[in-house]
Amino acid sequence: MAYSDKVLDHYENPRNVGALDKNDPQVGTGMVGAPACGDVMKLQIKVNDDGIIEDAKFKTYGCGSAIASSSLVTEWIKGKTLDQVMEIKNSDIAQELALPPVKIHCSVLAEDAIRAAVADLKSKQTVASEVA
Amino acid sequence: MTARMPIYLDYSATTPVDKRVAAKMIPFLTEDFGNAASRSHPYGWTAEKAVENARDEVAKLVHADPREIVWTSGATESNNLAIKGAAHFYQDKGKHIITMQTEHKAVIDAFRELERQGFEATYLAPEADGLLSLDKFRAAIRPDTVLASVMLVNNEIGVIQDIETIGNICRENGVIFHVDAAQATGKVHIDLEKLPVDLMSFSAHKTYGPKGVGALYVRRKPRVRLEAQMHGGGHERGLRSGTLATHQIVGMGEAFRIAREEMDLENARIRRLRDRLLAGLQEIDETYVNGDLKNRVPHNLNISFNYVEGESLIMAVKDIAVSSGSACTSASLEPSYVLRAIGRSDELAHSSIRFSIGRFTTEEDVDYTIELMKSKIGKLRELSPLWEMHLDGVDISKVEWAAH
Repeated sequence: MAYSDKVLDHYENPRNVGALDKNDPQVGTGMVGAPACGDVMKLQIKVNDDGIIEDAKFKTYGCGSAIASSSLVTEWIKGKTLDQVMEIKNSDIAQELALPPVKIHCSVLAEDAIRAAVADLKSKQTVASEVA
Repeated sequence: MTARMPIYLDYSATTPVDKRVAAKMIPFLTEDFGNAASRSHPYGWTAEKAVENARDEVAKLVHADPREIVWTSGATESNNLAIKGAAHFYQDKGKHIITMQTEHKAVIDAFRELERQGFEATYLAPEADGLLSLDKFRAAIRPDTVLASVMLVNNEIGVIQDIETIGNICRENGVIFHVDAAQATGKVHIDLEKLPVDLMSFSAHKTYGPKGVGALYVRRKPRVRLEAQMHGGGHERGLRSGTLATHQIVGMGEAFRIAREEMDLENARIRRLRDRLLAGLQEIDETYVNGDLKNRVPHNLNISFNYVEGESLIMAVKDIAVSSGSACTSASLEPSYVLRAIGRSDELAHSSIRFSIGRFTTEEDVDYTIELMKSKIGKLRELSPLWEMHLDGVDISKVEWAAH
């Protein structure tokens, strides 16, 4: 399968690989996909007190396009607010990476990962505010 | 052969034509170009002689009578001719046919076609080691079973089926027995004087011959009848019409002659390379050999690297030419049906690589491969959330994943 140069670049030099402390109240963790389907993405975001995403880390089990999609979104979401990152669409990711039709699901998964991480963070913050 | 990148470790997909084979073929393209069916001039006689000489060589490798060898375009056509040809000819005796889930698509799809035509097919699952249970096979035979097809050497996992015993069970029950031996020639000894096999498919290009030519063995005693699938000039005793591709056939004959003369030495060398590769790869954690290691050709090593996805693995190892599952299905995103049939989880099936070693593989190639795999598996596992969970002691199989 021919991959675009951008996919190859992210695959060869993935950005922001790693893990954040998932118990940190300012960290949201999104894990999407399933091993049986051939891809699992874990995306973590850390927001500062101003609600800006100051750090993002990922780990992905999947094909080159899945790795590139998650690597790309970690770059895109840093410095943005939660509302801003919720506007990122899978089509933006697919277009940026020139994903072929059989790989569109990788960009869908990356979008899902953002939503899951944001949802996790928001649920933590709700719990925190209720406790307070 | 000079070192060439990527290193070729996909000999089960195809092999290079041996230079000795290519040299024998060339004159039959430009000088001795006659039609083997031309009886009225020396051009035809020369071609016919070359074709019959090649037929002798193919027959000799498998201890058959040359009159039992029918030329085809390859193992896919041989499988189709054998399976559909025998099923059609004997359909008045019954319409039940048996094969295995791990057969090549050329067998499975021929069976599917027969099902569409009204036959009833049984697809037996292998045991976890890839081998056919003889009890299950015996139990699957019915009074109306006319044909069984079991491959000698599996293309994905290299396991060798007990063809002799399976054939004897077929004989006891009056079932025609077809064997796909495309992956077996030059790797295991085949003696059709002793083996109770009625039909056997061969390919040239898996054994250092050219693509586009193969053969079907059709037993004479007891005689097996087939309904032709290709009609025309009545070539090959009416079983397979079409002008013979002299140069291809000459190539197959020479390739099989070399296989007969050199296979013992070659297999000993390949076994040493396989053992070296296996030992090196087993130094990596969480690796699983797919298929039985004992009843297996040394040319094949199929390994799953847990917690690493197959396609990214293939991308990571672009300096070696290998297959993820079968080459025929690597364009699809489905995990290998052969690995699923032996009970591998989807994850392990996805993360499998088939290394196949051949005539021109060197020790340096093997050592390079081991180092490459170690470094790339390490890199991908650093990227893998599943590996992280594994190291944290999470049982991945117990996690409830949101399907997508």
